[in-house]
Amino acid sequence: MKYIEYMQLNPFQRFWYNFSNAMKAFPGKLKNFFVAVGVLIANFFKGIGKAVAGYVTRFIKGDWAVKISYLIMGFGNMVKGQFIKGLLFLASEVAFIAYMVFFGWGYLSKFPTLGTEVPGMQLNPVTGGYEDVAGDNSMLILLYGVLTIVLIAIFFAIYFASTKSAYAVAQQVAAGEKPVSFKSEVKDLLDNKFHITLLAFPTLTISVFTILPLIFMILIAFTNYNSSHMPPGKLFTWVGLETFSEIFAMTEGASKGATFLELTKWTLIWAVFATVLNYLFGMILALMINKKGIKLKALWRTLFVITVAVPQFVTLLLMNQMLQADGAINVLLMNVLGLIDKPIMFLNSTALVARITVIVVNCWIGIPYTILITSGILMNIPADLYESATIDGAGPVRTFFSITLPYMLFVTTPYLITNFIGNINNFNVIYLLTAGGPGTENLYQAGYTDLLVTWLFNLTMNSLDYNLAAAVGILVFVVCATISLITFNLTKSAKNEEEFS
Amino acid sequence: MIKSYKLKRGLVNAFIYILLAVLGIIWISPLIYLVLHSFRDEGLATVSYLLPKTYSFKNYIDLFTDTATLNFPRWFMNTFVVACFSCVISTLAVLMVSYSFSRLRFKARKPLINIGMILGMFPGFMTMIAIYYLLKAMGLTQTLVALVICYSAGAGLGYQISKGFFDTIPRALDEAATIDGATRNQIFWKIILPMSKPIVVYTVLTSFIGPWTDFILARIIMGDKRDNYTVAIGLYTMVQKEFVVNYFKRFLAGSVLVAVPISALFLFMQRYYVEGVTAGGVKG
Repeated sequence: MKYIEYMQLNPFQRFWYNFSNAMKAFPGKLKNFFVAVGVLIANFFKGIGKAVAGYVTRFIKGDWAVKISYLIMGFGNMVKGQFIKGLLFLASEVAFIAYMVFFGWGYLSKFPTLGTEVPGMQLNPVTGGYEDVAGDNSMLILLYGVLTIVLIAIFFAIYFASTKSAYAVAQQVAAGEKPVSFKSEVKDLLDNKFHITLLAFPTLTISVFTILPLIFMILIAFTNYNSSHMPPGKLFTWVGLETFSEIFAMTEGASKGATFLELTKWTLIWAVFATVLNYLFGMILALMINKKGIKLKALWRTLFVITVAVPQFVTLLLMNQMLQADGAINVLLMNVLGLIDKPIMFLNSTALVARITVIVVNCWIGIPYTILITSGILMNIPADLYESATIDGAGPVRTFFSITLPYMLFVTTPYLITNFIGNINNFNVIYLLTAGGPGTENLYQAGYTDLLVTWLFNLTMNSLDYNLAAAVGILVFVVCATISLITFNLTKSAKNEEEFS
Repeated sequence: MIKSYKLKRGLVNAFIYILLAVLGIIWISPLIYLVLHSFRDEGLATVSYLLPKTYSFKNYIDLFTDTATLNFPRWFMNTFVVACFSCVISTLAVLMVSYSFSRLRFKARKPLINIGMILGMFPGFMTMIAIYYLLKAMGLTQTLVALVICYSAGAGLGYQISKGFFDTIPRALDEAATIDGATRNQIFWKIILPMSKPIVVYTVLTSFIGPWTDFILARIIMGDKRDNYTVAIGLYTMVQKEFVVNYFKRFLAGSVLVAVPISALFLFMQRYYVEGVTAGGVKG
């Protein structure tokens, strides 16, 4: 379709045209994506192959000092005069071996079984009496096992670096140069290798407190770590995909599978409503506040934005109290306005009432955010677009759908996507407002307004179904990652980059 | 013709004024309720009318003097200390990571950015059990140190907004400084940071506000150790079934005390907040 034809379509046809184009392009994009992943994996193995090849050639080409460095790290550096560097390499080797001998190996060797000896009083088959056995703790074996594997990976990286360094310094000496002094290498850390200095600390903390726990939790999803296998006292072990098949099992009643299905549906409905309503109404309000001829703009803006400024847990807990049977809202409706004669149970009567209530309250919380974010962008829409629309005789509704909305969608798509994913993971609103209620016997450890993430929280804190919680977490991650991948791709192809500039 | 146009515009504007006024009242009234009832003298948790009949400072005074069961001043101090420490550490981490990703070029840059993006997609508290046991292994559970660690350890992952800001500073500045013999370290401290005051202020304020509003992590780490609570879990405790009848008014008073400074900080930095969020948005 030519550009001129495109311009003659109405906005819905345009949207449909863009959408169908994006859909047509989607299989290709998907293919490209998998090709990219394939290339990435191939490159990874190529990199490893290269490293191993370099490792072998350096050993063959290197002199005796380099060869010894393959066993005693840092030896080559020390012989050639790089004392401190060599000592650091040696120290890391000694520390690693000590760690493995006294601590790491014990846990790593039990990693495949996650422990076999049940602690507590056990019958000794040899003596025939009961003995107090220290036993294994599956949780600690898993945790320290993961830690040990991570440390081994780090050690191997250092080891490779040390052989490389020994070879490099040998080459330098052979070429008649002076080996680089330790001082100048440290200086380099503030200049050419400044990124190492800057990233060392954040990488360390993120590895220990984000990546390590994440690997641990992902592995938990493949074990039977739940309330009936709770260390210390009992062991848990690997069960493969059993937890996932439990989630996807289509059984009747308050099973885990049925609960997962129900909560997934509600989570998606919630996320769509929470995102779309807040976005549309927030934008309309922002347009009204910023309309030409409306006075006291600052007052109106502050009136709404002040609710964003108050910490969310305060407003949510307050709302929770106000929505109770004897809370302020029922008082208003019953005693002051006289509209009802008995209190409405907003949060704990039926699923539908509670669900509508949380969506409405979320509008109260979310719309000011949209006003805050969109006001500035709305002001930036080129005024001539509006002028020509008015000359062409378009009314305010028509201008909104033909100019404002497409422009805003164009600019704020990434914000919308993050917002949507944020709503899927919106723990605070649900937990502080309804705590998942109204409760029910039909769902496993969940109420009617529980989202997948609050269910995950209940499963860990109340029923101790750690394996199930971990599996749910992985599935939520997969959903979020897929949504962002797809929408980013869709909007990229639907985006006509030059349309508004 | 012109007259009718004016009339029509006047009607539209009147309609908008009415709508804004009604919605404004709906939006602000819960907060007015919060403030008014925090001064309410009579009654227990709830009363059957909207406006309090008698006003006094009793709830505020009780909050700070009757500390035997629920110690609000202590929670306030806890939160303040945790917020100060985690603010310093997280700000440094965020600025270091975003500067490296924005200004420095090294082999691992792209992969690290991708890893950061993927890590951000996991539900944040999925890892809480593992973190809990890690802290337990370090003997840190139920301490304020644990909270500082939790709030600042992952801070480096929130680099996007300040990276976006650093990206807008012309690279020619770096190049000129390098020619003059400055190291990357000097460029960071003496050129880029002084130019990035808005984003530094924004990062400092957001990481300071974080501990005042976080709820989940603090609750898991502190468990039943009420002395080490932060204000968020403390106030949450006040509206639980066993306390709500006697403590609801104090909950309101405490909420006001927390909300006022935090709101002031937020209103002060809202410009940076909007710039930060939309800067990422416009680029796509």
